[in-house]
This record gives sequence, structure tokens and C-alpha cells, in this order.
Amino acid sequence: MTEHTYLIVLLPLFSFLTIVFALRWKEMVSAVFSVGMIATSLLMSIMVLIETLGRHGDYYTAAFSIVELGTFKLQLGMVIDPLTAMMLVVVTTIGTCVEIYSIGYMKDDPRFSRFFAYLSLFLFSMLGLVISDNFFMTFIFWELVGLTSYLLIGFWFEKKSAADACKKAFLTTRVGDLGFIVGLMLIWFYCGTFNFTDVFAVIGAGTVPPIIVTFLAIGVFCGAVGKSAQFPLHTWLPDAMEGPTPVSSIVHSATMVAAGVYLVARTMSVFVASADASMVVAVIGIFTSLMAATIALVQVDIKRVLAYSTISQLGYMIMALGLYGVDTANGIHSPGFYAATFHLMTHAFFKSLLFMGAGSVIHAVHTNDIMEMGGLLKKMKITGPTFLIGSLSIAGIFPLAGFWSKDEIVAATFGHPIFTVLTLLIAFMTAFYMWRLCFLTFFGKPRVEHRYEHAHESPNTMSYPLIFLAFMAAVVGLVGVPWLPHGFASFLYHGEAYHPHWAWMNLGISIVFGGGGILLAYLMYIKGVISPDAMMNRFKPIYNFFYNKWYFDELYQAAIINPIMAIGRWMWTFDAKVIDGAVNGTAALTMWWADVKFWIDKWIVDGAVNGAGFIVRSMGALLKYLQTGRMQFYMIFSTVFIIIMILLKFEIAHIDLDWPVMTALFIAAIGLLSVAAKFVPDEVSQESENEK
Amino acid sequence: MILSSLIFLPIIGMIIVMLMPKEKEDLIKYVAVGISVIPMVISFWLTYDYFVNFSGSAAMAYMEGPYAWIPSLNVNYHLGVDGISVPMLFLTGLLSTISLIASFSIKFRVKEYFAFFLLLEAGMMGVFVALDFFLFYVFWEIMLVPMYFLIGVWGGPRKEYASIKFFLYTLFGSIFMLVAILIMYFTSDPHTLNMLELVEHGGTLSHTLQMTCFIFFFIAFAIKVPVWPFHTWLPDAHVQAPTAVSVILAGVLLKMGTYAMLRINWPMFPDALQTLSFWIAVLGVIGIIYGALVSLAQTDLKKLVAYSSVSHMGYCMLALAAYGSVTAMAGVLFQMISHGLITGALFLMVGVLYDRAHTREISAFGGLGSKLPVYTALMLMFSMAALGLPGMSGFVSEFMIFVGAFSVLNQYLVGIAVLGVVLGAAYMLRMFQNVFLGEFNMAKWGGLTDINGRELLTVVPLAILTLAVGIYPKSLSDLMSATLENLVQIMSR
Amino acid sequence: MVPYIAVAAVLFSLGLFGVLTRRNIIGILMSLELMFNAVNINLVAFNKFVWPGELTGQIFSLFIIVVAAAEAVVGLAIVLLLYRNWQDISNDNINVMKW
Repeated sequence: MTEHTYLIVLLPLFSFLTIVFALRWKEMVSAVFSVGMIATSLLMSIMVLIETLGRHGDYYTAAFSIVELGTFKLQLGMVIDPLTAMMLVVVTTIGTCVEIYSIGYMKDDPRFSRFFAYLSLFLFSMLGLVISDNFFMTFIFWELVGLTSYLLIGFWFEKKSAADACKKAFLTTRVGDLGFIVGLMLIWFYCGTFNFTDVFAVIGAGTVPPIIVTFLAIGVFCGAVGKSAQFPLHTWLPDAMEGPTPVSSIVHSATMVAAGVYLVARTMSVFVASADASMVVAVIGIFTSLMAATIALVQVDIKRVLAYSTISQLGYMIMALGLYGVDTANGIHSPGFYAATFHLMTHAFFKSLLFMGAGSVIHAVHTNDIMEMGGLLKKMKITGPTFLIGSLSIAGIFPLAGFWSKDEIVAATFGHPIFTVLTLLIAFMTAFYMWRLCFLTFFGKPRVEHRYEHAHESPNTMSYPLIFLAFMAAVVGLVGVPWLPHGFASFLYHGEAYHPHWAWMNLGISIVFGGGGILLAYLMYIKGVISPDAMMNRFKPIYNFFYNKWYFDELYQAAIINPIMAIGRWMWTFDAKVIDGAVNGTAALTMWWADVKFWIDKWIVDGAVNGAGFIVRSMGALLKYLQTGRMQFYMIFSTVFIIIMILLKFEIAHIDLDWPVMTALFIAAIGLLSVAAKFVPDEVSQESENEK
Repeated sequence: MILSSLIFLPIIGMIIVMLMPKEKEDLIKYVAVGISVIPMVISFWLTYDYFVNFSGSAAMAYMEGPYAWIPSLNVNYHLGVDGISVPMLFLTGLLSTISLIASFSIKFRVKEYFAFFLLLEAGMMGVFVALDFFLFYVFWEIMLVPMYFLIGVWGGPRKEYASIKFFLYTLFGSIFMLVAILIMYFTSDPHTLNMLELVEHGGTLSHTLQMTCFIFFFIAFAIKVPVWPFHTWLPDAHVQAPTAVSVILAGVLLKMGTYAMLRINWPMFPDALQTLSFWIAVLGVIGIIYGALVSLAQTDLKKLVAYSSVSHMGYCMLALAAYGSVTAMAGVLFQMISHGLITGALFLMVGVLYDRAHTREISAFGGLGSKLPVYTALMLMFSMAALGLPGMSGFVSEFMIFVGAFSVLNQYLVGIAVLGVVLGAAYMLRMFQNVFLGEFNMAKWGGLTDINGRELLTVVPLAILTLAVGIYPKSLSDLMSATLENLVQIMSR
Repeated sequence: MVPYIAVAAVLFSLGLFGVLTRRNIIGILMSLELMFNAVNINLVAFNKFVWPGELTGQIFSLFIIVVAAAEAVVGLAIVLLLYRNWQDISNDNINVMKW
């Protein structure tokens, strides 16, 4: 089966294409078809997992080149190792549950078929990301999950908030991808390959300068920061809750956002080579986790609490991975890697359960505000208990799944006291806000009657997946119990297998902090021993700070988005005024110069020509009067002239003049004569006419 | 014969169209499309045949000539293609036919329109196959004429301004090219205009002369690309031009600039290239960021796509500056092809909307997704392709450009260029949100109809090719790898 | 030879006066003939007194007589045509060549 793993990936794609091109109009058929496809994928994934359990070493396919230019190759290939096998099963399991759940949840939606098409496309991308054996292919599917996340968040795009949220999600994760791309460029430049094993080999050999390895690792981690909604790119995930709840359940809690953790785990060898990069990872992880937990304490939107909880838990995993990198780089054997991947799996189950439960609640009361709920446990006999199981699990209560994995994360922080303290603090807060949510939603008295009146249990398509996931959330941790000789730790490890051991102190601490959180919530929201309102008023500034999500959205809006838009508008003005102005200015200058030339041409060049013509014309106008038409006038004229010439010739008159003066006199004489001729009346002709 | 037929079939088509009675508008349309299908099929066959028979070597294939044309000047009729011109011919053939189909909505002076369009096709084909400078220059200039009229007669409200600006700007560049060609001609011995010989000759010129020629050629081609800051004719021309002309403008004409750089500028002047490559990369990066930022502020759909072209062609310039890397060079060609496909398709899509709504204001729309599902899906696909989503051609080219440029150029510069990826996503998504998402204004746009069959016929081939190149780029990279490897060697000599 | 020249001068002046003053074109033509003849007298007289024994002057005057006859023929033909068209041969009215 392992050699046909690609089928697991392609089946959802097939489902997507079939729905889009053939089944679009038959709603139930599309849904059933896509459920069938992902269920088949699930079965095959389980087979792959079983085969992987029994096999030593990893399975690689021959890479398939999609570009080959000399040494530059872009390839597709798959690697099936324990991490892949685990993720395949997790993704397909939750995928199947969510698709079945969606049949009930999305009922009556006008774009029912399209929802299943998108979900199938998402599962295709996610599974492709999981089996990838090189950075390039990872990046391809990395972006594709981003696309499907965009589509799914914006599924109800008529709502402005959804339309904004999907854009925000895409762009924010893209910012992280910038780092990823830089990381990829560094990888290509220094390693000459994108293949995971080859890159790890090159980096392991130590030929790449350490500073480059650090940058490279941080670059890759940037991608993870974006996808896994870590600080400072976490702001998109709460907004992403605008999508339908099944989407939040699979894309934004269990799988896609876990892809960042998966990526860091997958490329752990790179981080292990750089303690600095790993430290960055760990610090970002713990800070995100703490920040998100504080925000979750005060939120009232049920999905947003879960969203911040997701961010917080992802921060946990990232931190564990980072600490693993730090420890391993320093030669200390750490459970971090196994803890993080273990928590990745358990978290996927209980968080998707919680989201689906929340979806079921929202479906029943038609509001997201937990302040308007209360006492729903009586009305929702399936959703309520399953949700509580999930909450116990995330709070880390023995012996549920969350207990085992969270314990290991705490164990991974030993050796870094600050981290240990913060981790426990976060565990406490997690238990508190989750149980605050539970108490407000399911216990106590209904706070808004009409919502409570209409509340009802969800249909079977929604409740069965809840039951199944509650079961998983309860028991899946058992694969990692410390006394199991070939448990999770010896199945999924990086470098050398870590063997967890049973520690009472560990157990004690975990239960104390988890139980303490639940107890505090109980005291505040059920017993009313400590009034939430009084607390709120006493710590008003802190409350506001948390309630407004540490003002990150406002900060980004003011510091990044607005300036960029302003620069864009400014650039546009610059473009129109300066650059285009220069072009148009050149044209205008040319036109002006042309006008000057035209003036010169008209008045000077053409003026000379016209002037000559004018002079000739005016002379002609004068001399024409000599042309009397009377023969005898001409004769007199010539006779007189000849007489003058004769007189001059023989110097009879003794006139001694220079030729210019002579000429001038001559011309003047002719002029005078012609003027005189003008005034000679034409008497004779008139007379003769009169005679007639 | 085959290359000549690519040039002369459209010209014959133009003559046929001109001889037809102008009242028979439908007939003219079908005849024009029918004729343009022939060079399209030939270009497809040529691509296939080149792939099968010639893609292994860098030599010119299907050479025609040199036949003496003006013997006293040693001007020859000389055609040939290699791995960088074949994809361009493919693109030209395809986009010409598609644009002609998209031109069916032309309402007046139909005969002249289609005649000009066929002449334009002939000119474009000619540029991509000419191996003689004189011939190249002739084709380069021939195209301007139909383009001028196509924008100036059938364009939008400011068509005269746009067409004159386009014409004069390009002509301004062409003069520099002419001077550079003359320098090349008179410094060669014996005087020749054969590009292949001049590639050898250019390397022997003195550094000053190389720089002069390089810059002169660069100005001519940069205006066409357009490289920042020579880009301002582009938004005007795009916005005013009819849809089909925008498609050709973005799809083929802009590519002529980068093609000419790869064919002429880069291999001929290796010293100058080495000196200037950093600054070319800087221009490219400015183009990427600047184009994207300006796109972000646009309110007109077509103008947004036009400025996104500036950004996308900036990637080409960045990669062109990384002339030492085959990957980057392949990135250039991939980007040329994918930009031709994607931006061509985006213009077609905008045209579809404009035909129905008679406005292109982004803010005038909203929520079209619920009324026009097929149109929205296609637009989403092309927007995603434009912002470089994997699985589409734009991603492959950007990825190759980044990886290739990073290994050769200043790495900080490439790092800045990567920002274009986010900004690109920002303006595409902003547009998509404002037009397609949100509340649908039933009162205002209730009458809009979804994309029709003829329009689908124009965009679906582009969609399929975008996906095909994106999913299996090897089909394209194998076509050009031998040529590019040779080219990189020539450029780095 | 002075008497010859004096006769010729008087004759020429008479002719010139006639040309300049006559209104009738026929009269003008006749006055022209007078001027020709004055010239002829001069030619013959000068030939006789300056280069006796040569006949150049006489021959030349014969030419002039012939040409004058031809000229008179042409002139009279024009006058005839003028008269036929305008019924008038007074040169005052023949001013169609006026500006």
C-alpha cells in the first residue's frame, strides 16, 4: 500500500474535480461522493500506518521532475515515514468526521456542493503537503492550503467580515511565506537541492556557514509562523472563525494550522544544526502561547476562545520543538520532538472535537456569544458531554489524551526553568478559560431565555462524529503512555528515540495546574465566590488589553496596512504627476518648441518670401499705370527716353552723376511718371463712347 | 517556408478582408478568425516539431535565407527560430486568434479593424522570426501602425491621447535602436546586418562602444517592456484600448521588449552587460515593488491589471539581470509566457465584465460571486495565477526567477524583490474582494449575466495552458533548455 | 551733304510728329513710312559722301523699302480686321491692352 500513497492524496482531488464538473447540481450526491473518497483515503492511510509500524526505515519514491534545467531540478516525490503516516491518519480521520458533520451543518446552504468541493480540495492540498519529500513540493502544497483556507474562510463571502477575514488570512500567511521563499533560495544556493534528505545531509556535514543555517532555519520557520498563526502573524486566525464552523474545525485547528508545526518537525534536522534558530523558535512559541492564553481568558465569542486556544496550543508545540532543537544542539537528549508531534496529534482530535461541539451549540442557539448561553447541558445530551470530554482533555486531566501529550511538553521544558514556569502557567490558564467556556455554556441558568427555548440537539450526521472524536480525544493519548514499551516515543522520533519514564511529580504538577484552573473557573462562574465582574473592574486596564487582543490588529492597521496603502496612493500620484508628468512635460516642451519654430517660420522665413512678393506686388501696383494701352504713350515714352540717352551720351547736358544716383533718379522718374499716368483721364475714350 | 507563411498568411488575410464588402460584418469576422487559425495551427505544429526534432541543440532551426533583399546594403531576408522564439510564436499565434474572437463585439468599422489586426499579427510574427536587423526593425515598426489605429479609432474616451503617446514613445525608443543598429553595421567588417554574425562581432567592440550600443538598444526595448520609469504609456494605452488590443498589448507586445533583449542586447554586448547588470536588477526590483504598490491604489480594473504588468515585467528584468543563471533565464521565458497567458486572460475577463456593466470602477461592484459563479471562478483562478499560486504558470516563473537570481545577483536585492509576492497578493485580493465578495447589489447589477460561450472559448484555453505550464513546466523548459544554456555561455563570455 | 541730312531730319521729324499725334491708324502708318524714307535718304546720302563707290547704303535702303512694304501690308491687314470688328480705327479706342 505504501507505494500507492499518492492515491490517498489524489482521491480528494478527484472528488473536487468530479463535484466541480459533474456533480455540482446534485447536492447530496456530491456530499456522499466526497465523504466516500475521503473515507477511502482514511482506510488507505490506516493501511499505510500499519505498514509503517512494521517497517524499519523510511519509504521514498523516485522523484518525478517537473522542471529540469541543467542542475536545477524541481521535483515531486513522497516520503513515508512515521511522521507522514501519523499525519495522514490524523488528517483523513478528521477530514472524514468533518465532512460527515458538514452534511448536517451545511444543510440548506445554497452552495452546499461547493463546500464539499472546497473541503476536498483542501484535503488534497493538506495530504500533498504531508507526503512531500522536498521543500519545493512542500511549498506548492503549502500555498495551496492557503488558497483553500482563503476559499473556505470566505465561503459566506456576502458577509463583509468573512470577505475581510479571508483576505487577511491569505495575506498574513503570505507574509510568512516571504521568509519561506528566502529560506528556499538560501537552501538552493547553499545546498543545491530541495530534497529533504539531501539538504539535511549537506547541513549535517557542516559545510554551510552556521549563520546561513540560522537564517535558513528562521526563513523556513517564518513560513510556519504564518501558517501556524504564531506571533507576530497570529492575528488572522481569530478572524478566520468567520468561516463555517466545520472549516474552523479542520482547517483552522486540526490540520492546516498544524502544518507549521509539521514543517518545523519535518525539517527538524535544520533547526538542530542551529541552536540560535531553535531558541528563536522556542521563544516565539512560548510568547505566542502565553499571549493567546491571556487573550482567551476574556473573550466571549465561543469560536474565538477556541481560536486563541488553538494559537496557544500551537505555540506549545512550536516551543517544544524549539527547545528540542536547542537541547539537541547542545547535546542534551530531549523529549521535545516527540512531545510536540504527540501533542499535534492529540490536539488535532480534541480541538476539532471542541470546534465541532461549538458548531453544534451555535447551530442550536444561533449565536456565538457565550454570555447568551447557559444550561445547555440539559438540552444537548450528546454535544454537552462530548464537549466536556474535549475540555477535560485540553485541560490535561488524567487519563485523557491531552494529559499525556501536555505532560511530555512540560517534560521537554525541564532544563529551561523560565519555560517550565510559563508552560505551567499557560496550562493553568488553558484549563481556566476552557472551563469558563464550559461553565458559561453548559451549566448554570440560561441567561437568554428565547435562545435556550429554541435550543435542540443537532442531527445525527453532526452528533456521531462528535461521539467518535470524543472517544478519540479520550483514548488516543494511550498510544503514548510511558509504560508502553513500543509506544509513540519509539515510533515517532528524530535522531534517537526518547524513552519517557513515569514521574509522579510530573503527574502531580499537571493535575494541580489543570485542576486548579478548572476549580478557579468553577468558583468564579458557578459558585460565584469570586465575582468575574469585580475582577474585571479591578484589573480594568489589563482586562481591556487582553480583551482587545493586545491591540495587535490596531497596531498592524496603523503601522503596516495604512502606511502601505498610503505609499501606494502616494506612488500613484507620483506616477501620474512626476513620471508621467515628465513624459507629458517632454511632449509639452516639444509642442512649445514647435510653436516657437512655427512663429519663426511664419514671420521670418515665410515672411522673407512673402515680403519679396509684397515688394514686387506693390511695385507692380504702381507701375501698372504706365500700361495705358495707348500706343502713342509708349512711343512718347520711348522717344523721350531715347532723347535723354542721346543727350547723356553726348554729354550735352553735362550732367555728371554716379550710377546709383542715376538709377535712383531713373526709378523715381518712372515712379512719378506712372503716378502721373494714373491721373491721366481717359477722356478721349469716353468721348468716343459718348459718340456711340 | 514555414516561418514566412507565419508572416505572410496574416497579410494575405488582411488583403482578403480588405477586398470584402464592408457591409458583411459577420462574414468579415469569421473570415478573419478563420485565417488567423491557420498561423495558429502552424505555430502549434512548429512548437511540437521543434520540441521533437530541434530542442536538443541551440542552433537556429527552420532557417530561411539569407536571401538578398537590398544587396548594396547587404540587407537580407533571413528568418530562423530557436528555443526562445518558438514559445513566443506559440503565444502570438494563440493570442491573436483568441483576441480576434474576443473582437466580435466591435461595432463599427469592422472591416478596417480586422484588417489592422491581421497586419498586427504579421508584424508580431515577423519580429520573433527575423534574424536580420533591417528586417527586424521593419517588423518592429510595422506593428506600430495598426496598433496606433486600433487604439486611436476603437479605443475609449481618451483614445487619441493614448494612441499618440504609445506611438511616439515607442518611436522615440526606436530611434535609439536605429542608431545602435547603424553603429553595429558600420563597425562590422564586412558590413553586415545579420544578427547571428553581429553577436560574434559585438563582443569585439571597445567597452565604450559596447556601452553606447547597449544603452541605446536598452532604451528602445525598455520602453516596450516597459521598464520603470518608461512605463507610463502602458496604463494609458491599456485603459483606452479595446479589450482584444489590450490582450495583444500585454500578451505579445510587451514580450517583444524582453525577447529583443534576450536576442540582441544581452548576447551582443557581454562587457556592457556585466557592467550594468546590477543597475538593471535595480530597475527590475523598483518595477516589481513600485508596480505592485501603485496597483494597490488603483480604482479602475484595467488600470490595476496594467500596473500589475509593470510589476510582473519587473520580475523579467530582475531575472534578465541574472544572466549567468540558466534558471533565471528560464524564469524570464516562463514569466513572459505566463504573463502573456494570465494577463491576457485578465484583460479578457475585465472586458467581459465591461461589456455588460459598462464600467470598470472597482468600487462600483461587489458580491458578484453570488450572481456570476462561473465568471467568478475563472477570475479567481486568474487572480490566483497572477499572484503566483502554485499549480499555475506564474508560480513556476517567479520561483525560478527568485532562485536563479538569488544565486547570481546581490542577495539583498532579491530579498527586497520577494516583497512583491505579498504586495502582488494584496492588490489582487483587494480587487477580488471588492468586486466579487461582499453584498451583492441586486438593484444595480441584477441584470448581469454570466460569461457566455464565445467568451469562454477565449479564456478557457488560456486557463488550461496556465494550469498545464504550472503543473508540468518541464514541457516548456525542455523546449528551451539547450538554447538557454548556450545563451548563458554567450552572455557570460 | 548737309541739305540731304536736313531734308532727312525734317522728314523724320514730320514722321515722328505724325506717329505721335495722329489718331487715325492709317495716318500713323503713313507717318511711319515718312520716317522710313528719312532713314533711306540718310543711308543713300552717307553712302554717297562717306564711302563713294560702294553700294551698301543703297542696297540697305532697298531692303528697307521692301520690309516697309511688307510692314504696311501687315499693318493694313490689322487695321482692316480692327475695323471689321469694331467699326473704328481710331487708336484712342483701341486700348484693350490697358492695365
